[in-house]
Amino acid sequence: MSGGFFTQYGAEIATLTVEHIWLTASAMLFAAAIAVPTGVWLTRTPRWANPILGVANVLQTIPSLAMFGFLLPLPWLGERAARIAIFALTAYALLPILRNTYAGIRGIDASVIEVAQALGLTDTQRLFKVELPLAASFILAGLRTATVTCIGIATIAAAVGAGGLGELIFRGVASVDNRLVLAGAVPAALLALAADAILGLLERRFKVRAQ
Amino acid sequence: MSGAIEFRAVTVATRQGQRLLDDVSLSVEAGTTTVLLGRSGSGKTTLLRTVNRMVAPTGGEVLVNGSSVRDADLIALRRSIGYVIQETGLFPHFTVERNVGIVLEAEGRSREERARRSDDLLRAVGLDATSFGRRYPHQLSGGQRQRVGLARALAADPSALLMDEPFGALDPLTRGEMQDMLRELLGRMKKTVLLVTHDLNEALYLGDQIALLNEGKLIACLPRDKFLSSDLTEVRAYVASVQRGERSAEEAARR
Repeated sequence: MSGGFFTQYGAEIATLTVEHIWLTASAMLFAAAIAVPTGVWLTRTPRWANPILGVANVLQTIPSLAMFGFLLPLPWLGERAARIAIFALTAYALLPILRNTYAGIRGIDASVIEVAQALGLTDTQRLFKVELPLAASFILAGLRTATVTCIGIATIAAAVGAGGLGELIFRGVASVDNRLVLAGAVPAALLALAADAILGLLERRFKVRAQ
Repeated sequence: MSGAIEFRAVTVATRQGQRLLDDVSLSVEAGTTTVLLGRSGSGKTTLLRTVNRMVAPTGGEVLVNGSSVRDADLIALRRSIGYVIQETGLFPHFTVERNVGIVLEAEGRSREERARRSDDLLRAVGLDATSFGRRYPHQLSGGQRQRVGLARALAADPSALLMDEPFGALDPLTRGEMQDMLRELLGRMKKTVLLVTHDLNEALYLGDQIALLNEGKLIACLPRDKFLSSDLTEVRAYVASVQRGERSAEEAARR
C-alpha cells in the first residue's frame, strides 16, 4: 500500500475502527447484562435451561445478513442503523455467555456449594462470594468467544448503514478495490485478535486452581 | 441435662415412598459425642443432615437445644452449627485464613476479628497460622485440608458440630493423627458432636455413645463401653465383620 492511500483513508479508517469498537462493545455490555443474570437464574431453575438455551441457539443460527434485514422494518429499532446493529450483535452474543455462565456455575464442585449452604451463607452471599468468582473464568471465556464472533459479524452491519469497518469492505467490493477491502478487513482482524488476547489474559487471571 | 440434639421419630421418605430414615429417635447430650455408625446407605448421613435442615424430615421432628429446627431461622440455625465433610468443600479461591473466617465474614464481623479468630483456630487444629493462613487449599495436603475444614466449622463458636466421615479419605496414619487432634480438641471445647463414620475403631475412639443404623432404622444406641459386648445380632454382625482381619491374623499366628 502506498503512502498516498493512508493519507487519503487514514482518518476514515480510524473513525470507522472506533465506530466498530463502539458497536461491538455496547452489544457485549447488553449481552452480558442479559445473559449473566439469566444464566444464574437457569442454575436455580434447571428445567428452563434447555428451552432457554435452545432459543439462544436458534438466534445464533440466523444468517447475519438476514438478521439485519429482518430488523430493518421494525419501528424504533429500524430508525437508526446503529440500533439494529447493536440489537443483532447482542442477540448473537447471548448464547456463548449464557451457556458458559450456566455451565460454569453448575460445574462448581458440589461439596463447595453444599458447605456454603450448610455454613449459613445467604443465597446472595453464595452467589457473589462463591459461585460467580469460581465461574468467572468460564463466563469470561464465553464473553471472549462472543466478542471475537461479533467483531466479525459487525462488519456486515455496514450493509444496513450502521458504519464500522464493514463500510470499507463493502465499498471496496463494490468498486473492485482490494486495498479498500483490506483497509476494512485487516483492522477488523487485528481488533478480533486484540480482544481475544486481552480477554484471554483476564480469563487466566480469574482461573481458580482446583484442590 | 437435656439432650442438646434430639431426634423424635424422625422419618425421611422420598417422593417415591422409599424410606431413607424410619422412625428414628435418639438423644445427644450437650457436650458429648455421638457416632452414627452403619454401612453405606444406612441413612446416617441423612440423619446428620436433618439437624441443620439440609434435609427436611417428612415425619417427626429434630430439636436443637430444646427448640424444633423446623421453626428456626434457616441461616441463623446453620451458622450456629459447625459442618465438616469428607470432601472438605474448602473454597478454592479463598486463602486458608479467609476460609476459616467465612462464617464471621458472612455475619459482617470486622477483618481484625476474623484474622484473630482464624489464627487462634488454626493453632487449635495444629496448623501454624503464620505459614498456613496465606496459602490456598490446593497447596495443602489432605490432612491439612481437613484441619482447615474443622477450624472453619468452629469459627462462629457453634455449640454443635456435624461431621460427615471427616477423615474418610485419609490414610490410616494421618487419620490417627486427626482422631487424636479431634479428641484432644473436643475434650477442651465441649461441643455437642454428631459424627458419621463406618469405621468401628473411629467410633470407639471418639464416641461417648454409638448409634448403629441399618436401612434407615436405628438398631441400637449404646455407650462406648457397652458396644463391643452387646449381644444384639446386628451389632455383633457389624463388629464381627470389622474384626475379621484381626481374627484371621490371630488364627494364622496360632497355627
